[in-house]
Amino acid sequence: MNLLDYLLAHPREVLTLSLEHISLAGISVGLAILVGLPLGVAIARRPALARTVLGAVNSIHVVPSLALFGFLFAVPWIGDRAPRMAILALSLYALLPILRNVCAGILGVDPAVVEAGRGLGLTEVQLLRRVELPLALGVIVAGIRVAVVLAIGIGTIAAAIGAGGLGELIFRGLAMVNNSLIFAGALPAAVLALFADLSLGWVEGRLRERV
Amino acid sequence: MAFPASTAPAIAIRGASYHPPGGPPLVESLSLEIPAGVTLVLLGRSGSGKTTTLKLMNRLLDPTAGELLVEGRSARDWDPIRLRRHMGYAIQDVGLFPHYTVERNIGLLPAVEGWPAPRTRERVRELMAMVGLDAPLASRYPRELSGGQRQRVGVARALALDPPILLMDEPFGALDPLTRAELQSEFYRLQKRLGKTVVLVTHDLREALLLGAQIALLESGRLAGLYTPAEFLRTPDPLAVAYRNAFTPKNGGSAQPSTPGGAP
Repeated sequence: MNLLDYLLAHPREVLTLSLEHISLAGISVGLAILVGLPLGVAIARRPALARTVLGAVNSIHVVPSLALFGFLFAVPWIGDRAPRMAILALSLYALLPILRNVCAGILGVDPAVVEAGRGLGLTEVQLLRRVELPLALGVIVAGIRVAVVLAIGIGTIAAAIGAGGLGELIFRGLAMVNNSLIFAGALPAAVLALFADLSLGWVEGRLRERV
Repeated sequence: MAFPASTAPAIAIRGASYHPPGGPPLVESLSLEIPAGVTLVLLGRSGSGKTTTLKLMNRLLDPTAGELLVEGRSARDWDPIRLRRHMGYAIQDVGLFPHYTVERNIGLLPAVEGWPAPRTRERVRELMAMVGLDAPLASRYPRELSGGQRQRVGVARALALDPPILLMDEPFGALDPLTRAELQSEFYRLQKRLGKTVVLVTHDLREALLLGAQIALLESGRLAGLYTPAEFLRTPDPLAVAYRNAFTPKNGGSAQPSTPGGAP
């Protein structure tokens, strides 16, 4: 039996599940950015807070992903729908690299540049928006890149709680001991991750060479 | 002179100290008055409190004791942002924004002050000419400039809002000796023309003698002496003598620069 059999026989199903997978990962990383960007800026300003917050977010990664998906059943509203649980779990995973890189990116901006800006009379908001964030952008995108690859990879486990995505093919294949089915889920997931990694890597490179 | 409005000194420091939490004191009961339109040089070795004193003036730091008056008003009563835009700020490593072109670096403050774009552009052109930068450099990024050009951009940026006071922290420190001398004498002419109050931090005696109307000698965060350049060359103060010796060539030449120091 050829590994590509299932994939070639059911292209529409694979495509639908791929789109589902992309939206799971995309929404999750989007949420992680929405939370991680302001939180990362906040902890870059307060080193004491940074240790606590990064420690807490880091500890999420200690929970095995399958268990994390399971725990969320108990959360009201979230637990009602599998995709909600999957998105929350994936956002929590995606949060760490984003948070860490926003913080590191801002702290990595040349202090002379920040001090010059402050001494010239920029307000903290102007300093952040016009100097710190643009200069940290390369590092921030690097964090988003890690988060996206992570979300696409762990996203396959979301199928275990019925949230859909390419994991469905993989889990079905495992249950049926059908390698062609597993491959039909694994190959597109790997291609997605690779594509996201390469394209965001390109963006990151462009941003870094400006500085 | 252009400062008839107020007879108060541009900056008055009254017994100011700065003790950082958990560190040794950086400035200790310092008192100094800087009359409007005068260039005062803060001269001293590394760690003597020069830069800290400068940062007290634009409230990058607030004194832990004593106070500062800017144009007769306590620095604490100034909004820090307004105070800083009232004083140009140019520092040694220039701190140009690496992601902005020369034009945007110089025009940043006018832009955030809400100037219309054509007025900002005009001001940038004017400033670039003033500090001796060729117009085509406007679209360059800082990394594409020489050290001397970067320093000129730094000075132009500090002058963007035409502030009456200019704070400069070793603005020519990172340059080779020839470029430095060139920029120093250009700045001397510029300063005579603009008549701004300038506080200049340096450890370079030649620069102090050339540019300063007054030289405040700092040591361990304290004021060790306040001299005119002529007085500085005569005083028996051992610290001043040490400075003179450090800058006197072995063949017996003098540290006196070719252009006499002084302000309008």
